Amino acid sequence: MTRFVVNVHIVPRKGLLDPQGKAVADSLRTLGFAGVHDVHVGRHLVLDLEAADAAGAERTVREMCGRLLANPVTEDFEIAGIRPA
Amino acid sequence: MTTHATPRPGDPAITPALVAEHGITPDEYDRVVAMLGRTPTLTEIGIISALWSEHCSYKHSRPVLKTLPTQAPWVLQGPGENAGVIAIGDGLAVAFKIESHNHPSAVEPYQGAATGVGGILRDVFTMGARPIAMLNSLRFGSLDTPRVRYLVAGVVNGIGDYGNCVGIPTVAGDVMFDAAYEGNPLVNAMCVGLLREEELIRAKAEGVGNPIIAVGARTGRDGIHGASFASEDLSEENEAKRPRVQVGDPFTEKLLLEASLELIRSGHIVAIQDMGAAGLTSSSAEMAERGDVGVTIDTTKVPVREAGMTPYEILLSESQERMLVVATRGREAEVKAILAKWDLVAEVIGEVIAEPVYRVTEGDRVVAEFPGTRLVTDCPQYHPEARESEAAIARRTRDVASISERPEEIDPIWTLTRLLEAPTIASKRWIHRQYDSTVRTSTVAGPGHADAAVIRIRGTRKAIAVKTDCNGRYVYLDPRVGGRIAVAEAARNVACTGATPRAITNCLNFGNPKKPEVFFQFREAVYGMGDACRALETPVTGGNVSLYNENPQGAVYPTPTIGMVGVLEDAAHATRMTFTTTGDAILLLGEPREELGGSEYLAWIHGTVAGAPPACDLDAERALTGAILEAIRAGHVRSAHDCSEGGLAVALAESCIADETSPLGAEIDLSSWATLSRRALLFGETQGRIVVSTADADAVTAIATRHGVPVRRIGTVRPAADGLSLQIGTTRWTAPLDQLADAYHGAIPRAMSRAAAESVVAEGAA
Amino acid sequence: MKVGVVSFPGSNCDEDALLAIVERLHESAVLLWHKDHDLQGADVVILPGGFSYGDYLRSGAIARFSPIMQEVVAHARRGGPVVGICNGFQIACEAGLLPGALLRNVSLQFRSMPVTLRVETTQTVFTHAARTGARLTMPIAHGDGRYTADAETLARLEGEGQVVFRYIDAHGEPTEAANPNGSMRNIAGVCNPGGTVVGMMPHPERALEPLLGSTDGLVLFESLLTSVKA
Repeated sequence: MTRFVVNVHIVPRKGLLDPQGKAVADSLRTLGFAGVHDVHVGRHLVLDLEAADAAGAERTVREMCGRLLANPVTEDFEIAGIRPA
Repeated sequence: MTTHATPRPGDPAITPALVAEHGITPDEYDRVVAMLGRTPTLTEIGIISALWSEHCSYKHSRPVLKTLPTQAPWVLQGPGENAGVIAIGDGLAVAFKIESHNHPSAVEPYQGAATGVGGILRDVFTMGARPIAMLNSLRFGSLDTPRVRYLVAGVVNGIGDYGNCVGIPTVAGDVMFDAAYEGNPLVNAMCVGLLREEELIRAKAEGVGNPIIAVGARTGRDGIHGASFASEDLSEENEAKRPRVQVGDPFTEKLLLEASLELIRSGHIVAIQDMGAAGLTSSSAEMAERGDVGVTIDTTKVPVREAGMTPYEILLSESQERMLVVATRGREAEVKAILAKWDLVAEVIGEVIAEPVYRVTEGDRVVAEFPGTRLVTDCPQYHPEARESEAAIARRTRDVASISERPEEIDPIWTLTRLLEAPTIASKRWIHRQYDSTVRTSTVAGPGHADAAVIRIRGTRKAIAVKTDCNGRYVYLDPRVGGRIAVAEAARNVACTGATPRAITNCLNFGNPKKPEVFFQFREAVYGMGDACRALETPVTGGNVSLYNENPQGAVYPTPTIGMVGVLEDAAHATRMTFTTTGDAILLLGEPREELGGSEYLAWIHGTVAGAPPACDLDAERALTGAILEAIRAGHVRSAHDCSEGGLAVALAESCIADETSPLGAEIDLSSWATLSRRALLFGETQGRIVVSTADADAVTAIATRHGVPVRRIGTVRPAADGLSLQIGTTRWTAPLDQLADAYHGAIPRAMSRAAAESVVAEGAA
Repeated sequence: MKVGVVSFPGSNCDEDALLAIVERLHESAVLLWHKDHDLQGADVVILPGGFSYGDYLRSGAIARFSPIMQEVVAHARRGGPVVGICNGFQIACEAGLLPGALLRNVSLQFRSMPVTLRVETTQTVFTHAARTGARLTMPIAHGDGRYTADAETLARLEGEGQVVFRYIDAHGEPTEAANPNGSMRNIAGVCNPGGTVVGMMPHPERALEPLLGSTDGLVLFESLLTSVKA
């Protein structure tokens, strides 16, 4: 077994109302960042775990997302990176 | 006696610069050397810097504080414990305390305010009381600046997220805005808890051989030196000290609350105290001092969050949600089992010893050892010079009658409308709707309903009323009078709900006491509070002193915040501030006078803080309290509302519109006082007045007269469509309620909607 | 009737719910510890309000994996009544007992205030004794109360009569102004297809006494009584 660090992004499902993202976008525009089209605010998780290989680590984290880390009704997730610890 | 301690390898040499960096004066250092008979170690320097900080030692304030009355037959615990406790009958008692978290909130408003709430909760439940209500007294600069709006949003969010999560209703408070608080907001949190008298436990280490146990969260490097931080002026340099601010974990707090109460009721422990300011150091030293025993602590036994922490760091860490417990020897396993049930850790880290020393070891190495058991009170006491500032005298003696009216004031409804949108007066609903005020299903009158919050005591007919108050502007203009008013107004507010004022806790927010004008304010304000507490029989049961509240422009207004607790024998007597019934008579108890000094009217309409504050006649206040309580208990009072900022006109308007769902109008005639200037009559802040609505004007009049309280019928409650009409002599002005309500309810939301676009709101939960 | 009120770490309305049953309804109630596997013979389970596990990951997400929740889910599958209030509603959604999810209030702020609800169906264990169209006033106190579901789910809920409560204004209309949190279609509460599991964001247990300002929650708890005894 090897230790891997897996980064996961969890973001509001596309098309759902995202008031926090909207508030951030509005403030950025107020601050003069005129080119901002859209902002989404989600969560970033960093997991430090043991797995046989990178593929195994990814499989495990996907399962975690499906069961606990993301709400399938309202959230999407993506594995943003896997590296040995 | 000479003590022994060994510097750790790598400890820096003890130089005058290092000593100064720890906020220890050369004289204080000499005193430490004399006490030890040798050069202190770095760990010892750290301990002394925390314990002899103003926050822990009260070295500048103690002699003055000793003049306050602290006794009454119902006081079970006065100052010197984690919280004060009073009996309320039926074998029940309430524990309560107020504390500041000003400096942490200035640099990180969300966490600063949240951890302030956490700390005061722990102070109350470590007395064996279950927290039943939270209050907050907040002072900010002008709401016109983005920085202040950011602070307001962050502080309110922090208070809400913490209290809401733990499940304690936030029911009352007071919020004021004035440029004097720019850069140094005041965030004072008060907690009230309920206990059975026999469940009262004190933080007094006892029993040689008893184990000392660290309970709750692990210790990290956060907040190291918060206590000394709280004892410094806020400067730009301090902004760089940001990492000192602690992070709160209300979920762990909730577990700690349940675990602590279970622990106290189990009988396995003899003492418990929050590891608050100066963390393990102050909690262990204070418990030892109260019990007059020695203690020894091994820092290697303390559960830590980070590797490689030194004894210095472990002793001074202000990681939140931690407790120090003295258990009965042999019951360690039982204590650990209770904590484990709540998924918390408990580790034995030391022992109560017969030898009169305060000793810290790192394994076998003694890293700090002080003789005696009075480490905190061995701190030198200071008696700073006190002299009133010329600026304050000049302001007080200014003839405010000579300030000419603005042209718009020809219409007093214009002035009234402007005052209703002054953030200090305007509805604080934007704030309190972010606080869960109804959890625990005992809130009879929540925020914005009555002059104080009313919480019923389950299983009895009783209720308690609680309120915080202080007008720092009055205290600035005349500290003695301002100190009296702070107590008298809090008592009046509590009495308006039908509760007998019983006792206070105070949070004394002042500037740098080494400045003679600040120490003058402090001394006189405390004397004023003492006058009022004696007259109203509301002793002081504890509190907190927060000095060094300064910004580059100078000290904040001296703000001795009062947290008042009163008792209603029958919760059904709870009385609100808003008119309830068309046709009811409106009476004024007390008498208007030609007093405009220090008013919100002068500050908001004329941009002037000047004149003598209104007089405070404590005999009259006492009579007034007696009268309103008798009238309420006799069932004659439909609403009662005290006249404060904005005066009589604002009080009347609030009784009409404060309840948004059922506003009512009023027809008022003030011709009896036509000799007063119109603005003093309408907007002056003469003390000792209550607006009452009643179905039986004769009965209320008779009661007031019997108590020697001037009373006069000034009008009648009318349907909302009639608006609020004010008549003086032959002139009548009428304000539509929509206009008043929009000003009153809309002002703060309008200002804060700008904040939403300026900053991103932090995370919150359900 | 015997009611079991689940205590999760971080629950803070568990005692309120328990006292509501014992003091107001004069029925028996017990606290069910989250680490246990025993419903102690409860006829009805209440998932109370609070911040279970701090709601640190997502409201209700962790609580549903508590040992006691396996028993609660089994009880619900057997047709046993389950009522989720506030955090309990969030937990019931996370556990799949109810459709949809509760997201951050659209204001991004916690909201503590009285709201008025309209009873949309009486075909549930919690509204059985009420009248369709009845207006009930009671407090809300939440930060994550924005009811959200996909279009298909919403259509099914509406079609099958699974919308139990809606936020309404003084005129009885489910307007945007009456919606305290941005919930889709002003939904304040929903039920499962059988009407045996009901979730709602408002707090009926805080509206049972005149002293506290409203008794509108009584009819809901009385519904439990008739549902169980029926």
